[in-house]
Amino acid sequence: MIEQILYPALAVGAIGLFLGGLLAVASIVFRVETDERVEQIAEILPGANCGGCGYAGCSAFAKAIVEDGAPINRCNLMTAETAEKIAGIMGVEAGVITKKVARVACRGTAECAGDQYVSYGLNDCVAAAALGGGPKACAYGCMGLGSCVSVCQFGAISVVDGVAAVDEDACTGCGACASVCPKNVIAMVDADSRVFVGCSSRDKGAVVKTYCEVGCIGCKICEKKCEFGAISVVDNVAVIDPEKCTNCGVCASACLKKIIVTDVCPVEGESA
Amino acid sequence: MIAQFLVMAVGAILVENFVLVKFLGICPFLGVSKKTDTAIGMGMAVIFVMTLASAITFLVDHWILIPLGAEYLRTIAFILVIAALVQFVEMVVAKLVPALYSALGIYLPLITTNCAVLGVALINAERVFEEGTSFGMMFGLSVWYSFCAAVGFTLAIVLFAGVRERLELSNIPKPLQGFPIALITAGLISIAFLGFQGLSF
Repeated sequence: MIEQILYPALAVGAIGLFLGGLLAVASIVFRVETDERVEQIAEILPGANCGGCGYAGCSAFAKAIVEDGAPINRCNLMTAETAEKIAGIMGVEAGVITKKVARVACRGTAECAGDQYVSYGLNDCVAAAALGGGPKACAYGCMGLGSCVSVCQFGAISVVDGVAAVDEDACTGCGACASVCPKNVIAMVDADSRVFVGCSSRDKGAVVKTYCEVGCIGCKICEKKCEFGAISVVDNVAVIDPEKCTNCGVCASACLKKIIVTDVCPVEGESA
Repeated sequence: MIAQFLVMAVGAILVENFVLVKFLGICPFLGVSKKTDTAIGMGMAVIFVMTLASAITFLVDHWILIPLGAEYLRTIAFILVIAALVQFVEMVVAKLVPALYSALGIYLPLITTNCAVLGVALINAERVFEEGTSFGMMFGLSVWYSFCAAVGFTLAIVLFAGVRERLELSNIPKPLQGFPIALITAGLISIAFLGFQGLSF
């Protein structure tokens, strides 16, 4: 009688003991050496896994920093403080951290810019753009269907009056919205630049006027007024060279269409 | 003999599909089926673990439990063996084949004590073989059945992930969005698979 209980119990106990021992041995024999700096850095990184650095996530970026010597300032979310901590771990210079923000280069709200058709399809920019370039008459403008809103992990972008608007305090500069936008109308710019061209249309001025009240007509007045040669009209749209721009705002006050704006809020104390 | 293996394969993959007919392994089926890529990864991990686990549990059953007359301890013994085995394999793979580990690694712990894995071991243990079947043949059939069952699991989860990816883009009534519509879809696919019950050999 006792054997019927004892032997099976002993057998199962022995299996458990054997397997436990096997695992204990295996954990020593098959230990994978990991660089402890990878974990330290992964902990310091923002942990948003936004992919703005070009790696699969924060831990992949941490691995790249340690193993492949990836530049630390690739992370857009990082403050100067965390950059210094990581630089301390790695024993290298942090490099300059410039905070970037997303800005929407289109002011063509529903009242100012016309539609070429009414869309009843999916509420998604990528899908809409596949059909004749989207409902908006302007082929370069923001359609305001909000693909950027849905990819933003920080709630920093919203559609106001049919055009995407960025909350620059909440924006971390990860660039997810800019890469999803089928019109490439969202630009990643330095947060401390104050002058911004709110139009991306590369159509000629006369054509722009037919569908949009607030489109760049390429008149080149800004180009002539700028003392620093920082703004020029390329492909019928004004483009600012951030290296030369001094944020003086002369171009903005000269702009006939008022599409060069200076009211973008400067971010305080963020640029190192 | 080949016919026997083929019949078993069709049975395990389609007629008695683990997920859609036997309702085993529902947790990963619903949890890891949002994207086709991860569904394929999960399916591969299940094939790997189920085949290996059935081989080991078959040997434990025939060499230890049956001689002792302790068949009633199968559940606990199999869980023990499978859990330890998966842990062990994870360590070995992480050390020796890092590429395979990065592909399957995150899925392995998820299915350590999954009911599909335990289920296949118990189904194998309770299978009655014809009189005079050799030990090797019994072992081969059991492992083959487990492999095919896992292929059936992979088929089901990949199909389901494909459907769910399209559901993401569809206009679904608000009360049904997300999980409810996924469950309804799973039910419909299951009904479709029940149609294979009509196959007979």
